[in-house]
Amino acid sequence: MTQNAEHVLDHLELFRGPEYQQMLANKRALFENQRDPAEVERVREWAKTPEYREKNFAREALTVNPAKACQPLGAVFAAVGFEGTIPFVHGSQGCVAYYRSHFSRHFKEPSSCVSSSMTEDAAVFGGLNNMIDGLANTYSMYKPKMISVSTTCMAEVIGDDLNAFIKTAKEKGSVPAEYDVPFAHTPAFVGSHVTGYDNVMKGILEHFWDGKAGTAPKLERQPNGKINFIGGFDGYTVGNLREIKRIFGLMGVDYTILGDNSDVWDTPTDGEFRMYDGGTTLEETAAAVHAKATLSMQEYCTEKTLGLIAAHGQEVAAFNHPVGVAGTDRFLMEVARLAGVEIPQSLEMERGRLVDAIADSSAHIHGKKFAIYGDPDLCLGLAAFLLELGAEPTHVLATNGNKAWAEKVQAVFNSSPFGKNCHVYPGKDLWHMRSLLFTEPVDFLIGNTYGKYLERDTGTPLIRIGFPIFDRHHHHRYPVWGYQGGLNVLVWILDKIFDEIDKASNVPSKTDYSFDIIR
Amino acid sequence: MSVSETESVAEIKARNKELINEVLAVYPEKTAKRRAKHLNVHEAGKSDCGVKSNLKSIPGVMTIRGCAYAGSKGVVWGPIKDMIHISHGPVGCGQYSWAARRNYYIGTTGVDTFVTMQFTSDFQEKDIVFGGDKKLAKIMDEIQELFPLNNGISVQSECPIGLIGDDIEAVSKAKSKEYGGKTIVPVRCEGFRGVSQSLGHHVANDAIRDWVFDKADPNGPAGFEATPYDVAIIGDYNIGGDAWSSRILLEEMGLRVIAQWSGDGTLAELEATPKAKLNVLHCYRSMNYISRHMEEKYGIPWCEYNFFGPSKIAESLRRIASYFDDKIKEGAERVIAKYQALMDAVIAKYRPRLEGKTVMLFVGGLRPRHVIGAYEDLGMEVVGTGYEFGHNDDYQRTAQHYVKDGTLIYDDVTGYEFEKFVERIQPDLVGSGIKEKYVFQKMGVPFRQMHSWDYSGPYHGYDGFAIFARDMDMAINAPVWKMAKAPWKAAPKPTLLAAE
Repeated sequence: MTQNAEHVLDHLELFRGPEYQQMLANKRALFENQRDPAEVERVREWAKTPEYREKNFAREALTVNPAKACQPLGAVFAAVGFEGTIPFVHGSQGCVAYYRSHFSRHFKEPSSCVSSSMTEDAAVFGGLNNMIDGLANTYSMYKPKMISVSTTCMAEVIGDDLNAFIKTAKEKGSVPAEYDVPFAHTPAFVGSHVTGYDNVMKGILEHFWDGKAGTAPKLERQPNGKINFIGGFDGYTVGNLREIKRIFGLMGVDYTILGDNSDVWDTPTDGEFRMYDGGTTLEETAAAVHAKATLSMQEYCTEKTLGLIAAHGQEVAAFNHPVGVAGTDRFLMEVARLAGVEIPQSLEMERGRLVDAIADSSAHIHGKKFAIYGDPDLCLGLAAFLLELGAEPTHVLATNGNKAWAEKVQAVFNSSPFGKNCHVYPGKDLWHMRSLLFTEPVDFLIGNTYGKYLERDTGTPLIRIGFPIFDRHHHHRYPVWGYQGGLNVLVWILDKIFDEIDKASNVPSKTDYSFDIIR
Repeated sequence: MSVSETESVAEIKARNKELINEVLAVYPEKTAKRRAKHLNVHEAGKSDCGVKSNLKSIPGVMTIRGCAYAGSKGVVWGPIKDMIHISHGPVGCGQYSWAARRNYYIGTTGVDTFVTMQFTSDFQEKDIVFGGDKKLAKIMDEIQELFPLNNGISVQSECPIGLIGDDIEAVSKAKSKEYGGKTIVPVRCEGFRGVSQSLGHHVANDAIRDWVFDKADPNGPAGFEATPYDVAIIGDYNIGGDAWSSRILLEEMGLRVIAQWSGDGTLAELEATPKAKLNVLHCYRSMNYISRHMEEKYGIPWCEYNFFGPSKIAESLRRIASYFDDKIKEGAERVIAKYQALMDAVIAKYRPRLEGKTVMLFVGGLRPRHVIGAYEDLGMEVVGTGYEFGHNDDYQRTAQHYVKDGTLIYDDVTGYEFEKFVERIQPDLVGSGIKEKYVFQKMGVPFRQMHSWDYSGPYHGYDGFAIFARDMDMAINAPVWKMAKAPWKAAPKPTLLAAE
């Protein structure tokens, strides 16, 4: 195989040609000090055994292929959901390059965020000057309506005090005294990205509701009938929040979405770069204190935030990323109850269509075993949906899930006969999952892009649901919430199931008697 | 079509200078003064580009730069495939850099190779408070138990390590001894050190010097018989297979490549490199340090080369051959001749589609200069370029060998500056990174990622140039760019001409 101007070969084909294959074989044989192939094969097989699994699960210190990120990522996710807001991350600058890349690779969108670029001198003397200069620069250059400050582990280890620093920066004239600079400490060595989301959401609400760090009077809550909605850290935020708005519109709910990043991560290509787009306005954010109640779609993303809101006298309700019929039912009934509205006929029709779709297809899913990993709430939502499809969520794993989460998952298992042989794994990583898939195989795996390594190694087909998804495009534009969202998840699962059935039956004269055109 | 085509060099220079003043106006005074030193219009004949570089980024401006950890783990060490690289500290750094750089390699991942895995000590609060050394020691034990075929371990420090005073060197030494002299390399690449990725490259180079070269038995036998034609490829990370499409040319001209640094590389290759007769250096920025060291200590000469585009490839093959005898010199000519037909065909196909198109670049390492020749081979013109983490020696090389009079130069460009420059200059293509890609595509400007090759590649070598040409064509000539404006918006404005 040689390069050709008419049909240009790239990495997918180029290196399969004999000249490259020979070259690579020589490199390996002569210079790499390669391991004996028999030994490689032995270890590869050994890693599939229960014995290896036992050693693997005995790990106490090493983490391999975790399914979680650090707090500051969630901090940025939450901040960009507010109108004209730029996240300002106090600490080393490389972190910000990473968050921006990470989000851009998932959403295929620009992701604006600045750093206070702390280096050795700041490590010694503290990052006050970085805050003073940084806020002034960001304010003049990017003309944000609000700057949301969070931290990296560096700033946390040296103990920089955001409240004092921002106050000093304002005194030095970096930004006007009355300018909104909410902040949250988001140490990377505590919790995960969902914790960072929680801390920033709480920080922003606290800022507007509780007197802007002592610079304004606290807001007096004058309850109205509105409902606040918080989505949490969610790879499907673009599709999901739009779906929630549509549903609330149908129900006639008077609502505020707190942290609405559905527009900033889905801007058009029309000749204009929008650094800011959409988002919860600052006025709405402040006025949200008066709401009757706040609903969180993801409990583990909003533990502290809901505490703050409840302390202001609102009723709060938390869900676990509901997916499917029963989860959506409970969500809608709660919305209806809190907002004092009826669930309209149109949504009941949508519900009926989802049930119809499940009835049409459930024979293909019934009894199938699934492994799921992802954020704690997503795992709960997906596990419940699989159970209502008659499938078994055999392994459910969240690296950032804790004991309380595990109990909650167990309760979901206990609620269905299909949950009988299912197990939950809090605090484990994808190398643990690898052992699970080898020793207790399942039919399908649900997870993010990194799951493709598990698919390659264990042969378990991967259904991509989660965050991040880097290697498939545009799924984040579809909702997974509401009955429509449930339909999307159902279709993604079915597509993979049918693809696998076709793959297993496409050998002419051997297996293709089952290569049916009707399924 | 770019505006610059219709202007003289003097007009371009005046426009670029005005543009620089325009962007500086947005900054507070102190920042404007600092940023002014990083922006310039290149004057032909000058020995450098007239910009300051390798200085601290300014807080809050949206620098595109990363950190020392990114330079060490992400660039230099990460691709060494048979070692396990621990991202030591909190979980994020390793997570965001996990398999993101497309350092291709051959091996059984998780068994004898580990590049696309994320090993982390996942620091918790207690590790910060009580220190992480004990945890690190235990991690090494667990690695030995679960990944017995690893050939070495490196410890890639994240910010907290240096701040809490952990002694990763002591842990590494003790564990190396315990495991019979196993190669265990502590790397002090905490993200807050230095001003960019660049210090991380340097620290990583030094770690190879101190913990690989200096530990190896200098008289120990190599795993192979030496030949007079042994060379090492230094500074190629095999992104999309770049080092492979380079190696094949060196071998075809009669040389023998004994090591790849570090794409698809192994510990054995690092260790054997002092046996090379010549080090050929692609990414000068990230690996000049170790090349200089090997020159001083082992007397190995090094030679920079550029494998982007046929003009520079031929020039480079001849330069590399000049270090060897006639057999190799003839070999270089033979290789150049062999690929001539392919290059002619590629240029005949793509040049007419790309002739006169203008490009603005902002990348790291060597690319802000090295790819200019490849664009010129396609009849394109680079009208602006800058380095994410270059030093003055990069700008010297750029000025003396690559850029044209009047080229806009921007060092450590800020998000704001880059957007304004592109908006005003309206190039036909921007080449930069993932963080920039969608900004410019929203503006309707064709874009290629020049770090990851936008998931394509290789771009190095003759085989790579065909892919490079194809990709630039598909970016610039994609039908999508004609659709950015809605037809009812793009309709010509009612004109006053008729009335005149």
